[in-house]
Amino acid sequence: MIIAMLLGVLVVIRLMTVAQLASVLSDEDEEEEQKRHNSMNSLGLMIFMVVGLALMVYMTIKYQPFMLPEAASAHGVKTDFLLNINFAVIGIVFFITQIMMFWFVYKYQHSKKRFALFYPDNHKLELIWTVVPTIVLSALIVTGLKEWNKMTQGHPQDGMLVQVYGYQFNWITRYAGEDNKLGRSYYKLISDDNPLGIDYSDPAAQDDIITKGNEMHLPKGVPVQFEFNSRDVIHSAYFPHFRTQMNCVPGMTTRFYMEPTITTAEMRVITKKETFDYVLLCNKVCGVAHYNMKMKVVVDEPAEFKNWLKGEKPAVPVAAPATADVKEQSAVIENNI
Amino acid sequence: MEVKDNTHAGHSSGIDVHDHGHGHDDHHEHHQTFITKYIFTTDHKMISKQFLVTAIFMAFLAMGMSMIFRLQLAWPDQTFPILESLIGKWGKDGKLDPGFYLALVTIHGTIMVFMVLTGGLSGTFSNLLIPFQVGARDMASGFLNMLSFWFFAASSVVMFGSLFIEAGPASGGWTVYPPLSALPQAIPGSGLGMTLWLVSMVLFIVSALLGGINYIATVINLRTKGMSMTRLPLTIWAFLITAMLGVLSFPVLVAAALLLVSDRSLGTSFYLSDIFIGGVPLDHTGGSPILYQHLFWFLGHPEVYIVLLPALGIASEVIATMARKPIFGYKAMIGSMLVIAFLSFIVWGHHMFVTGMNPFLGSVFVFTTLLVAIPSAVKVFNYIATLWKANIVLSPAMLFAIGLVSFFITGGLTGIILGDSALDINLHDTYFVVAHFHIVMGSSAIFGMFAGVYHWFPRMYGRLMNKTLGYVHFWLTIICVYAVFFPMHFIGLAGVPRRYYANTAYEGFDQLLNINELITVFALIAGVAQVIFAINFFYSMYKGKVAPQNPWNSTTLEWTAPVEHLHGNWPGAIPEVHRWPYDYSKPGSKVDFIPQTVPHSATPESNLPGDH
Repeated sequence: MIIAMLLGVLVVIRLMTVAQLASVLSDEDEEEEQKRHNSMNSLGLMIFMVVGLALMVYMTIKYQPFMLPEAASAHGVKTDFLLNINFAVIGIVFFITQIMMFWFVYKYQHSKKRFALFYPDNHKLELIWTVVPTIVLSALIVTGLKEWNKMTQGHPQDGMLVQVYGYQFNWITRYAGEDNKLGRSYYKLISDDNPLGIDYSDPAAQDDIITKGNEMHLPKGVPVQFEFNSRDVIHSAYFPHFRTQMNCVPGMTTRFYMEPTITTAEMRVITKKETFDYVLLCNKVCGVAHYNMKMKVVVDEPAEFKNWLKGEKPAVPVAAPATADVKEQSAVIENNI
Repeated sequence: MEVKDNTHAGHSSGIDVHDHGHGHDDHHEHHQTFITKYIFTTDHKMISKQFLVTAIFMAFLAMGMSMIFRLQLAWPDQTFPILESLIGKWGKDGKLDPGFYLALVTIHGTIMVFMVLTGGLSGTFSNLLIPFQVGARDMASGFLNMLSFWFFAASSVVMFGSLFIEAGPASGGWTVYPPLSALPQAIPGSGLGMTLWLVSMVLFIVSALLGGINYIATVINLRTKGMSMTRLPLTIWAFLITAMLGVLSFPVLVAAALLLVSDRSLGTSFYLSDIFIGGVPLDHTGGSPILYQHLFWFLGHPEVYIVLLPALGIASEVIATMARKPIFGYKAMIGSMLVIAFLSFIVWGHHMFVTGMNPFLGSVFVFTTLLVAIPSAVKVFNYIATLWKANIVLSPAMLFAIGLVSFFITGGLTGIILGDSALDINLHDTYFVVAHFHIVMGSSAIFGMFAGVYHWFPRMYGRLMNKTLGYVHFWLTIICVYAVFFPMHFIGLAGVPRRYYANTAYEGFDQLLNINELITVFALIAGVAQVIFAINFFYSMYKGKVAPQNPWNSTTLEWTAPVEHLHGNWPGAIPEVHRWPYDYSKPGSKVDFIPQTVPHSATPESNLPGDH
């Protein structure tokens, strides 16, 4: 292997000296040689541009089946639409600028018989191409920010409260139950039986439900107020199909409001994949098994969702812990929060 | 004293013989030993070469790392026996260790951003060109300059050394967010590996600061007679603004790093709170990981402009020279760099839209990010306008400069999408981001570096690099780089996260394996193309065609110094400057370029009212 590499190096050096000798021995002088190089490379750049642009268009078309299916959330439909508008605008700018640049290089090859045009500046032109991009970009940004504000602030704290809790290297989802309040939790209460460190004495915790396996369900058409937490390092809850992502940060709670609009069954029809499933992926490097930290997400009709929820685990164990333990837990919390 | 330059028209530029002593004894003989000449040199020309060669070595190291993890990404089910010979226990049985995958990704990013594109770009070209182009004998402080290189070398050695430790190097991504980077129990690389990373970075930042203050002092104070600020080549403006950016922003990374060191070793809780890990709750409370992110990105964003501006400055210079035409909009180019530099301090939050930051703060950053796109666009338009009705010579350097503009357009446009918070939600931390920054920062800047190397190789080594190999290098690289990074946009749009060892966890990603194979194949070819460059570079140093004094018929001062390197650059007095550096193709002039040293009184046939 090493011998092959050394041979390769020697070959390249040999080629270099041959090329140098050939140029010395040929009748061509330096100027003619550069002229030849100019025209070869300009032609190359034109071909590169045409083939490159064509390949880009081809890839865009060819890879459509690999793209995410239509957005499965209410806000996602809007941001997808904005994304397409953005692509259209930058696509136009991309084609115009790249083509102009490569065309000018091809067209204005060096000739001894002329000078370039001595054109050092044009303030009016500078103004135009400062103001026009400003207007276009502002339009894009304003539309984006309108959506952003709606998504992050434009509604009261309604929505079904769902906690998504990340830890190395899995997820647990907690549903708030009838009272739509999540029971208090504290990290020093975490144990094998109490992975979220829930304060069992908190009344709000009594009707909380936790996923027992690697699957979480959401009801279609019901807005969800996600609360995200992490046990150890920063994780990120990424639901690509719902166009939803939020970091899970140890020491604080982050939030995202989202309404699923397409059930898993419906999406299987849309994507023509019997085995399609929504997914929750960790999207912030969190350790060695970061690439394998995922959870299956299922969107049900509301009635199916209620059924599924009944089959999951209560957050507070049914067999009530001994009174002394409960008092001890409360004391820990009282002293530390 | 006349210095002849080899233009085809047989024109020799006259240098005015005014004695500008500048306090330097022109015939001083410095006794130089091998050590003072090559190792602890204080000569800016030698130091620039030290930076360049170190950066080339580090670049090959980082590139090799990317080859390894690209093998894993394209063929996740395959074993590669060569891995075990290359990386030992981390490639046992030919399979890349998942933890070491993250280490490779981390060190690849760190080396490329800092050692190669900051040390290698700024260190090499600021050192080479600032004294030459402003008309100074050397940097303001040769001693600080020497220290700047040796801190850079030390930083590189420590980073390289961290690859060989038992638990592995830092593995939290080049951004090394805590708590992952603060807790050895969270990932093995966060033990000694992370400590060494922090040591290396502190050494690196010392190097950058020492260099930066030197560059600023030299540009401001040591310009030769007649070299007003508005007669400076755009390279110098770029290096000056870059140095200012660095001086203001690098210390904040030191602060971030110091607080991290403190959390790791002194039991503080700047970044840590409510953590349960390894089966036990930790005592840290009250801290926030988001604080680290603010501090990191406060440097992190200006850093990408620290990488980019020198490349843009080099492109301006190479394009004007090889197009035989003034750079269009000289003042606008300066203005846009100043605006970019200023705005770069107030956009950092666009890296943090999904951190849980206050959404209103997020929208402020969207707005400032939009603003910074505008001067960048202006620069692109100015480059294109420069090429219009030009008279273009396509040297390898010129090809790389054109490639830079192409990458800058492509990568810059996708930045508009990422800077829009509503759209960033689904693209953050996906391959769309990886594509964006590799194109706009990685490829643009490395093409700037290549353009600089090919263009100023005669100034550094007195010889020319082999042109044919240069063309081969360019064509292989531009094709492969686009082939590697353009498809990544689609992978990102499909929802594939970055820093994933394998994409096998989610069935929906299986269909993307073919794209990953395509990417890896082109990446491997690109790697081979860089070897061609390295061979050309080192061979031409000794056996390249001897260069004439001004091979590109350029107007700037560096080409008025003799080919042979002199301590103090010019054998007699430092040349005086009488005009700006872009008098190419001046109507009425006999030659298509007029060096900066030619007074207007000598060119009555081509003087114009706007001349300065």
